[in-house]
Amino acid sequence: MNLFQYVRPAEQKTAIAAVAAEPTARFLGGGTNLLDLMKRHIMQPEKLVDVTRLPLKGITQQGNIIRIGALTRNTEIAEDKTILQNLPLLAMAINAGASAQIRNMATTGGNLLQRTRCPYFYDTAMPCNKREPGTGCGALEGFNRMHAIFGFSDKCIAVNPSDMNVALRALDATVVVNGPKGERKIPIADFHRLPGDTPEKDTNLDKNELITAVTIPISPFSKNAYYLKVRDRNSYAFALVSVAAALNMDGNTIKEARLAMGGVAHKPWRLTDAETFLKSKTATEENFQQAAQIAFQGAKAFKHNQYKLKLGPNTIVQALSVASGLKSV
Amino acid sequence: MGDDIKMAGQPLSRVDGKLKVTGAAKYAAEYIIPNLAYGVLASGAIARGRIKSIDTAAAEKAPGVIAIITHLNAPKPPGYFGGKESSDPRTEGGEYRVFYNDVILYSGQPVALAIADTFERARYAASLVKVQYVKEPPQTDMLSNMDKAVVPKESDPDYNRGDKNAFDNAAFTFEQEYQTQLQVHNPMEPHAAIAVWEGADAITVYNKTQSSPIAQEDIAKAWKLQKENVHIVSKFVGGAFGGASRVWPEEMAATIGAKKIGRPLKVVFNRDQLFNMVGYRPQSLQKIKLGADKDGKLIGIHHEAYGNTSTYEQFTANMTSLTQALYACDNVSTLYRLVPLDVSTPCWTRAPGEAPGSFALESALDELSYTLKIDPLELRKRNYAAQNPDTKQPWSTKFLNECYERGAAQFGWEKRNPQPRSTTNGNWLIGYGMATGIYGAWRAPSSARAVLNSDGTLVVQSATADVGVGTATIMSQIAADATGIPVEKIKFELGDSRLPPAIGQFGSLTTTSVGSAVNDACVALRQKAIEYLKKSQSSLQNTPVENFAFGDGKIKTKDDAVSISYADLLQQQHLPSIEVTVDSKGSEEADKYSSYSYNATFVEVGVHALTNQLKVNRVVSAIDAGKIMNKKTARSQVYGSVTWGIGMALTEESVIDDRYGRWMVKDLADYHVPVNADIPAIEVLFIDKSDDILTPIGAKGLGEIGIVGVAAAIANAVYHATGKRVRDLPITPDKLV
Ligand SMILES: Cc1cc2nc3c(=O)[nH]c(=O)nc-3n(C[C@H](O)[C@H](O)[C@H](O)COP(=O)(O)OP(=O)(O)OC[C@H]3O[C@@H](n4cnc5c(N)ncnc54)[C@H](O)[C@@H]3O)c2cc1C
Repeated sequence: MNLFQYVRPAEQKTAIAAVAAEPTARFLGGGTNLLDLMKRHIMQPEKLVDVTRLPLKGITQQGNIIRIGALTRNTEIAEDKTILQNLPLLAMAINAGASAQIRNMATTGGNLLQRTRCPYFYDTAMPCNKREPGTGCGALEGFNRMHAIFGFSDKCIAVNPSDMNVALRALDATVVVNGPKGERKIPIADFHRLPGDTPEKDTNLDKNELITAVTIPISPFSKNAYYLKVRDRNSYAFALVSVAAALNMDGNTIKEARLAMGGVAHKPWRLTDAETFLKSKTATEENFQQAAQIAFQGAKAFKHNQYKLKLGPNTIVQALSVASGLKSV
Repeated sequence: MGDDIKMAGQPLSRVDGKLKVTGAAKYAAEYIIPNLAYGVLASGAIARGRIKSIDTAAAEKAPGVIAIITHLNAPKPPGYFGGKESSDPRTEGGEYRVFYNDVILYSGQPVALAIADTFERARYAASLVKVQYVKEPPQTDMLSNMDKAVVPKESDPDYNRGDKNAFDNAAFTFEQEYQTQLQVHNPMEPHAAIAVWEGADAITVYNKTQSSPIAQEDIAKAWKLQKENVHIVSKFVGGAFGGASRVWPEEMAATIGAKKIGRPLKVVFNRDQLFNMVGYRPQSLQKIKLGADKDGKLIGIHHEAYGNTSTYEQFTANMTSLTQALYACDNVSTLYRLVPLDVSTPCWTRAPGEAPGSFALESALDELSYTLKIDPLELRKRNYAAQNPDTKQPWSTKFLNECYERGAAQFGWEKRNPQPRSTTNGNWLIGYGMATGIYGAWRAPSSARAVLNSDGTLVVQSATADVGVGTATIMSQIAADATGIPVEKIKFELGDSRLPPAIGQFGSLTTTSVGSAVNDACVALRQKAIEYLKKSQSSLQNTPVENFAFGDGKIKTKDDAVSISYADLLQQQHLPSIEVTVDSKGSEEADKYSSYSYNATFVEVGVHALTNQLKVNRVVSAIDAGKIMNKKTARSQVYGSVTWGIGMALTEESVIDDRYGRWMVKDLADYHVPVNADIPAIEVLFIDKSDDILTPIGAKGLGEIGIVGVAAAIANAVYHATGKRVRDLPITPDKLV
């Protein structure tokens, strides 16, 4: 870890000004990602602005909208009654991530911004365009078992590792941010980026912008929702693939479907074509299989992640089957 | 043995348990030494080539930095020179020499040591060291370097009995290849050393080691010191699993750095350095050929094994030895080769040869059982070896049949539908699998000292180690039985090279070897006490020796009519203490026998039909390890072993990017040690019958037998569940797609 200054302001304005004042300054949430990256010399901010004392905690409901303060810990969300009742998908996704200890520390803002787990990104002796633009992508022809099958570029094939983000994407969340230029609202679909030629940029958030909240509309998907994560061990491992499935059902008929995937792209991946296909269909295994095939059109694998082309669709079918009540887990 | 056996076998809680859970137990890195400096190693970035230049300017200017050491300015241990030969007789070749020259032998090798006044500052300074290299293309892929395989100089690489080609004429033949992965010990406690020079000729090193005598010898040789002048202290070890059986760069860097700065120095590894700056379990490729008649009688076995080693040393862990002894078969041949690669030297890892070797052999046997349509357990019983099929010696004891019977009954093996993919539970395919485990039981020469104090307390000492298995507890129990002194009044001391020399903690040898020494020392001490008694005025003076009994801290007559406490005896004799030191080794009688520990492991797995998620639902491990000295610590050993087996079978693997020769999986987020959710209820059944030929205490080895065969049992269960045979570990969900 490099030497750095540490401040813990009590007000949003001061925090934003403190980060804006220095090119390398960063906000610090639970620190479960940023501090690891600093210990590995991957990020070397000269100032950390600890935002955990800002009054941005808690979950509130305003009409049809649930608002989660950016500093609400992952565990608090997963155990919150309003969330469990209205957005169980989000609680399931959060509980599928990390460990209890990490979820106790992790903040909503920090989770949204957690960086990829690509091993080339994590090793400063290896090439990585995300860490050091221009050095090349180590994973492209290297160890790419965990990597993207959608939306990658020849500059970067890393995936976004978050489980929470997948549920937020399925639930059409909005990220509320505040910065030197004032407040703005970023739909989750536009929050994370595809790598393109600038994989160093994970999101469309400006460096000096503070995430203050996430808002999620209450939608009729709470009864038929399921988050399924397939991983190398039964807890505490990043997704090989994961699926957030939420259905608005009328009897056996799907009025509307929401489907998003993790472990497949640089951002939480929404499967809109499959959603369109499922609209007004009955919940049958054949329909789910077809939806999965549609979802995977255009998927392309590398040397070590070929399995995702089959495991992905299977996981979609299973998640839809459980969400719809067709099958048990 | 005490006449009144009470303590051995009791599920006594660990005597050091409270120290550990309260943090009072001191591990290597925790000693508080005045004027201590902190060192962090900078790891190299390439796998093969030379260091062109090192820029240490920025690092030297960093706050708190005391020195930056590289091969250019490091004091060279005199034992490094002229020595092509290893100072370590346990591996063939020249050991890795820290800061010796500019040659890069593996990726991540130490290239500099940053020394500062705090750990954090040293770590930061280490990151500022900039190294330029002359790169050469590394070779780290074993499978594409098979043509470079060499015959190991150590161990018997080739073995043959009977007719090499017998299986060609067998009614049924079977041939397959199996692979096992790079596995890393990953103990909770990182490797650490504190070096304190006492003048130029003497040093104390606090380190993490499974053997203070070996660490003493290694450091004495490197620095050409008198052995007595090297003092190793390693009282508590937070897990080692074979990985702390020799001296590694942390000890050498600490001694070199401390010499340079003239101050005590501590060096602790980062987690990524624990992956390959110390040893690991090498990967393996194994070929098995089996020939059998229609009744399942094995006609011929051929087992071929290849493991990786480094370019500078040969590490051997013969994976084929078990094949020579496990089944009754007249025609057996085995072959063992090493493939040198641009990696660091591997080292002993829990059941070093047996764990990978049994995966191949016991998978193959399972495959054969389907060809023959014979139940896998029945197939093994039909090839039961009633004597050692290699040496033709009788077994000292062998209760493998009991393991099979009791294990199968407890598991409900008879409910198994022989058809693969025949059993389901909802969307989960259910499979049953089993395997046999075998692990050599030995007893190595060891010494122990027993000191009886006039307050009636007993101190027993031996320079062995306790890496967390409960050695101090078991030794106290053995001493209690031998002397009749209650466990609460006994203290067992270990982990210090100044104590009587003994075997370290590896090879499942500690209880058999040190336990026997402790028993012998305590029996001798008891005799000495009786001699004093004979000289005393006590009414017991004329009691014939065979009429004595020992219990409650007293020497008494067998009928309990007359007694004298040890404390009273010593006080009457004006003796502050009496002591004996005993060198103990196996009997000549034992050499006539062949000794092994055994297990039968039964496993149920569930595999999700659609997503291939895999769960071990149940494990029954039936173990023949002689007399079980402490049922509680023994059970914990088997829980640990089975968990290791689950990790090997399903989750653990490190991966090298062969383009760079770089380990790409090197933290605990990506290297998947099984977590609670992966570990089901494990039922441990101990046969618990004494082996009185191998040891006076009846024990055989226990630390490793529990892992042997587990990976195969799981792979066999996965096949039974899914109809898919995975022959390269670990069995992750992607391999079942
Ligand atoms: C071993 C391990 C396993 C894990 N496994 C999983 C898993 O399986 N699934 C999963 O989803 N996650 C997993 N995680 C990641 C974990 O969820 C994240 O580390 C966590 O969510 C980050 O939150 P934090 O508050 O600690 O972020 P921090 O580390 O504090 O910050 C992360 C980033 O966000 C920025 N930031 C923080 N708060 C704000 C804010 N309010 N506004 C603007 N910027 C901000 C920081 O500057 C930093 O760049 C794992 C982590 C570890 C260490």
